[in-house]
Order: sequence, then structure tokens, then C-alpha cells
Amino acid sequence: MSAVAPVMEKLYDCRDAYSQTLEAMAAEDTRVCAVVNDSVSSTKLKTFQGKFPDRFVNVGIAEQNMVGVGAGLANGGMVPYVCGASCFLTARSMEQVKVDLGYSKWNVKLCGMSSGMAYGELGPTHHSIEDVAWTRVIPNLTVIVPTDPVETASVMRYSLRHEGPMFLRISRMPVPQVHADDYAFELGRAPVLREGEDVTIMANGVMVSRALEAAAKLDEQGVKARVLNMSSIKPIDKEAILDAARTTRGIVTAEEGLMAGGLGGAVAEILALHHPAPMRMLGLPDVFAPTGSAEFLLEHFGLTAAGIVVASLQLMEAR
Amino acid sequence: MEIGQSESEFAGVATGVVAELKRKANQIRLSAMTMTNHSGLGHTGGDLSSADILATLYLGGVLRVDPAHPKWPQRDRFIMSKGHCSGAFYSTLAARGYFPSEMLKTFMDPLSMLNGHPDRNKLPGVEANTGPLGHGFPIAVGCALAARMRGESWRAFVLTGDGELQEGSNWEAAMSAQHYGLDNLVVIVDRNRIQQGDFTENTIRMDPLAAKFAAFGFAVEEIDGHDTAALLARLSTLPIEAGKSTCLIANTTKGKGVSFAENKPAWHHGVPTKEQLVMAAEELGLNGVDDIEVCL
Repeated sequence: MSAVAPVMEKLYDCRDAYSQTLEAMAAEDTRVCAVVNDSVSSTKLKTFQGKFPDRFVNVGIAEQNMVGVGAGLANGGMVPYVCGASCFLTARSMEQVKVDLGYSKWNVKLCGMSSGMAYGELGPTHHSIEDVAWTRVIPNLTVIVPTDPVETASVMRYSLRHEGPMFLRISRMPVPQVHADDYAFELGRAPVLREGEDVTIMANGVMVSRALEAAAKLDEQGVKARVLNMSSIKPIDKEAILDAARTTRGIVTAEEGLMAGGLGGAVAEILALHHPAPMRMLGLPDVFAPTGSAEFLLEHFGLTAAGIVVASLQLMEAR
Repeated sequence: MEIGQSESEFAGVATGVVAELKRKANQIRLSAMTMTNHSGLGHTGGDLSSADILATLYLGGVLRVDPAHPKWPQRDRFIMSKGHCSGAFYSTLAARGYFPSEMLKTFMDPLSMLNGHPDRNKLPGVEANTGPLGHGFPIAVGCALAARMRGESWRAFVLTGDGELQEGSNWEAAMSAQHYGLDNLVVIVDRNRIQQGDFTENTIRMDPLAAKFAAFGFAVEEIDGHDTAALLARLSTLPIEAGKSTCLIANTTKGKGVSFAENKPAWHHGVPTKEQLVMAAEELGLNGVDDIEVCL
């Protein structure tokens, strides 16, 4: 276990860890460059642009070109970080992501910013609830949903060592630090943030701290919940899922996005094929979210500690 | 260069070199048609329209590449954005020595390295996986930017179809090429005026194409895409203008060199019969069935 207790008073915007780590990597490695679609400030790359103007490409509001340019930069020996609001980066350029990155295996890192329902008030056009499902089904594309600033920085460092295309889903919603300072991300490994043998809660991104809160509440009721950080969506930690199915009484998944094709879908695929087990999924059903703050929308869909507690207890009662 | 100028007017290009390139281009044509006959699928019209351009680039010494070291970091990058014309592209790569011509016989066979559309992870010499249109131009822009970031002198070439330019991604790429002043980028348009369903101008008007590229900040020239001497002369002295990306609108004839296929939309993906291969070989000045064997 590598968790530290969430300090709820202090919250972080993971974009800071991402941009600061990218700057540090660019200082150390001249192959590192950034490509953006106008959104220099929302990708927090103003400092990068100032420090490395020759390795900063703004293609304007043109996501298809942005991803293609990334593939070309990789062809030329660079390691491009292609950054933009996740809703546009993924949807607008999906064929480029499929062909130029997944199929071609170019070493391009897609950084989908402000994912999920972070742009709550702006409405479903700007929500990115589909991005995990879309990217997860593309062969060769690695998909990571980091949960806190420590993991975001570690994932960024890992991405530079990883040869091949990646999609990194980086939220702007304030989150507490849940990993210890010396935590190191491992691809395809789901870190155990809390041990437990009654029920397993699998969460990623902004839902991990809520899962830990839920586990603490369940503990007060005598229910021991295991909490796993499922940041590595693809590849996914099959062994951790099967172990949870074998050694606890069921699995609750919690994600800030569509359940279909997302974390819930990914876990269900493993269970259905290898070890069917009781399951509850928390996330968005087959609907677009209404408009409201991100916090409001999480509450609306039961993506809260309380919602996870209810789902966990229902699952145990159903047994 | 004016269209219709005779090849002898281009000083410095030896007549023998041009004649040999023309012959090689015709071999590429016949090879591509033979491959399409073999697979029962292919894009004959565009294979034939692009053959002279491909031959000039790869066999005329324009591209600085080394088939023995296909990943040589300093190589020029050529992106075959019209990936559906893989018959001509593969035949050219084989002729340049990237892989044995014998492999062309496996075109589109199960598990062949020669997909219907090029796969860089399978076949040496392929720089990008293309097929869906409008992908190659942005990739070439990225290549040109990489060369600049690395302070290297290699160049990025991309061959697009003309119908392909209906995809908006090309114009996104054109804007970025202009903005970054990428004079190490060369866009060649195979302007054969026919797309899958009809003539381009009946489908969606493309003209004035040169003016469009000029308005996007390119140094543009129209050129006869079958005038080997003119192609060789132009492609050997790039860029057209320092600080600007080059656009060559190569006016071509779809199905060029084979009378029954020339300028006929149906031959966009027409498949030749054995008898038509023999007719094509004759018209291309090749030695009938023997040259078909030579090409494959």
C-alpha cells in the first residue's frame, strides 16, 4: 500500500503537475516538444512556450492537423505531446488517432485536458464523457487516467520512456493528493490504496479520493473495502481484478464518464470471461449530462463517497 | 515551366536519363496493372496518373534516401498520401530497391506485406500509413517541423490526389505550413481531375486550385505531371521560393498511357483483364507478356 490519507483541505489541479513535468522533461531531452490547438492557457503551456519556443507548435483550432503533425514530428525523431481539451482532441481527430497513432504506432502522447465533466457549466459539447471508451478500443493505444498530482507527474515521466502512442486523460477538477510523494506509476498495475476483504472499489481520476472517503465511511459500518486505483485503463491490471473477484464479495467501479466502454466496461469484460462476480458500476448511463458545475454533476450521477457507499452496501446485500 | 514545353528545352537533363525514367515509369504502370489484375482490386487510374511523378522522385535522384537503410535519420521523407495508389507506390519502392520485386506478386494476398494501403510497420520505405484521405499532408507538415526543430536539412514531400483535397484536414495543414514558413515542405498534387464517382469539377469544384494554394501562402507552380524532364528539372531545384512551402500542381491524365483507361472515371478502380494487360504493355512500349513478367 502506497497511499497517504487524503488531506481534503489541500487540493491540486493536475494540469500543473503535467505542465511542470513536461517542462522538466523538455529541459532534459531535446526530443520533447508540444503541439496545441490554440488553447495555450487551458493546457497550461505558456511557460513551456516561453522556455522552448522552437519546440512549441500551435496549429490553431485544427485538431485533425494537430494529431497528424504529431505523427510527422514522431516520424522526424521528436517525442510530441499533443495537448488540447479532451472533448475536441479525441472526437474531432478520431480517425487520425486511429490511423496515424494506433495503427501506425507513432510515438505520440495525447494529453486530453479538462476531461470528463470538468467543463460542467459549458454543457455536453464540452464534456468529455466518451473519451475513455473511444480511445480504449483503438489497438496499440495505451490509455491512462491519473488521479492526483503525484501520479500525473509520474505518468508523464513514464510516458517519455514508453515507446508508442498514449492517451493521457488529465482533469482540471481540484483533487487531493492520495499517493505518497515517492509513488511511481507502473503500466498495467493497479495500486492498492486500501486493503479490505469485503468489497473492492475500483476508481480512477477524480473518483479515487471519493473511493477512499467511501471506504472510510464503510469501515465505520464494519465493512472492509479494498480500494484500487485503476489509472492504467489499457493495459488493465487483470490479475488485480481477478484477485478482487476471488477474495472479496464483489466489485464497485466508479468513473467520471460513460460506464459503457469505460472503466466499468473494461472490468466487466475481464470478469465475464474469467471469473463472473457481482458488480456495480458508477458513472454515466447512456445519457448526456445536464448542465451545472462539475461538483453538481458528480453529485447528480451519484459519483460521490455516499454514492459509492450505497452501491457497495447494495452489492453486499445482494449476495 | 509552361505546360507543353518540349523536354529538349530543359537544359541539364540528359535525354538518355529522361528516356530511361520514362521507360521505368511505364514499367511501374504495367506492374501496378498486373498487381491489380492479380488481386482483383486496385486503383488503376491513379496508379497510371502518378507513375511519372513517383519515378522521377525515387528513380530520378530527387529524394535523398537509402533503401539499404530505410530509417536513415537524415533521409528525405516522402508521404504517399494517396495511399490507394499503392500499386504504383509499391512498384516504385521495389524498383528503387527497398524490397525484391518478387514481393509485388503478393499484392493484397492474405498476410501479405503489401496491403491494399501502405503500412509502414510492414514494408520498408513506407513513411506513413495512408489510405483514408487527408492524412498525409498534416504528417508531412509535422516532418518538416521536426527537421527544423532538429536543425537538419532533410525535406518532406507529400503526394496528394486532387479529389483528396476536398478533405478539410489538408487546408488545416496548409495554414500551418504557411504560418511556420516551411520551405522544406513540398506538396505535389496529382491533378488528374477524376475522383471515384465522377470528374472532380462535377463533384465539387476544385478550381482555381493553384490560386487556392497561393492564397494559403505557397509558392505554386503548375507542371505537366507526365513531362519527365520538366518534373526532374523542377524537383531538382527546390524550394521555389525561400521561406515558403512549395506546391506543384501536376496536371495529369487519369489512366495515362493506356488508351482504354485514359480519362475515364470508371477506371478509378477498374481491374484490367489479362487481355487488357497485353494491350497496355503494347501501348506502353513494353515487350508484351515478357515485360509483365519483368515487372513482377
